[in-house]
Amino acid sequence: MDKNMKILIVDDFSTMRRIIKNLLRDLGFTNTHEADDGLTALPMLQSGNFDFLVSDWNMPGMTGIDLLKAVRADPKLASLPVLMVTAETKREQIIMAAEAGVNGYVIKPFTAGTLEEKINKIFERVSG
Amino acid sequence: MEITTVDNNRLTQARALVASLEAGDDAEATRIIKSFPENVEMDLFQEVGRLTRELHEAIIGFAMDDKVVQAVHHEMPDATERLAYVIEMTENAANTTLKAVENSMPVSEELSEVSSKLAAEWERFRDRKMELEDFRALSNEIGGFLTLASGHSKILNENLSEVLLAQGYQDLTGQIIRRVITLIQDVEEKLVRLVAISGTARMTEVAKVEVELEGPAVPNIEQGDMVNNQDDVDDLLSSLGF
Repeated sequence: MDKNMKILIVDDFSTMRRIIKNLLRDLGFTNTHEADDGLTALPMLQSGNFDFLVSDWNMPGMTGIDLLKAVRADPKLASLPVLMVTAETKREQIIMAAEAGVNGYVIKPFTAGTLEEKINKIFERVSG
Repeated sequence: MEITTVDNNRLTQARALVASLEAGDDAEATRIIKSFPENVEMDLFQEVGRLTRELHEAIIGFAMDDKVVQAVHHEMPDATERLAYVIEMTENAANTTLKAVENSMPVSEELSEVSSKLAAEWERFRDRKMELEDFRALSNEIGGFLTLASGHSKILNENLSEVLLAQGYQDLTGQIIRRVITLIQDVEEKLVRLVAISGTARMTEVAKVEVELEGPAVPNIEQGDMVNNQDDVDDLLSSLGF
């Protein structure tokens, strides 16, 4: 896995973005960028050559699930690995995210271990 | 069983009706029968009148109730302010804590880096594999490390104190939220009384949005079919072929 890969963290709470950013740095990923909802994230993704997207679900403007759908619908972004990190724990929502093509789903509050495990799993599958 | 005046009247009327029928007095029987529904209608009118009056008084009482007026004019806007302040306080506490952690990490990383480098050199000295020249350098490095360690542990201590103090938000936000809960309970009680007077509440099913976002799981609140932890999520996803 390339530790220099470019990662976009999308969450409307700056503290949560900061927590994820710090955890990722601890795991060796330092090339991280931030957006506070789908509307700001999408243009960044379209022009920024990102390798990995970590997104919350419940955000004003454009939600994470709509961002995920927009990413999958864009031919240039369709294969971008997406990890959902969210407080939404309804079964039907998790199924909805799976159907929309999410690569991993982590529920808040989470541990550094969970985040690392899911990221490893995603990139094993992507490269394998 | 005690017979009330109303029952007594009805009994008398019934007996008179039977008597008139047995006597073949049609006119009298019809007169008695006609007097029944009038009574029922009168009762009904009176009951509706009483309910209307009570409801009217309750609504006026509700509007005039100082506590309700207070709630509408002051406490509700207040509650909104208070809750906004709770968000602000929790955000500040999180930022303070995160800042302290971010400032501490490089400090502890440096301590760990320098100490493991020195430990390797020290090992070499203990195994008598070190020249005198190198030992002098090591001795200097150890002196430097001791100064570094003392300074760094002071920084770490300060940062930990900051994290400790930042947790005060829990007490303050807890108090504010408790006040808002009391207010909501107060208003709810009054509304329930209004509904109780005006009759049984109509149970209408509100049409639900396709998938409504639930937000964080809250204990003791019905939120539908939720998973309990990350393992449940993983199980669910693997059952979907993930």
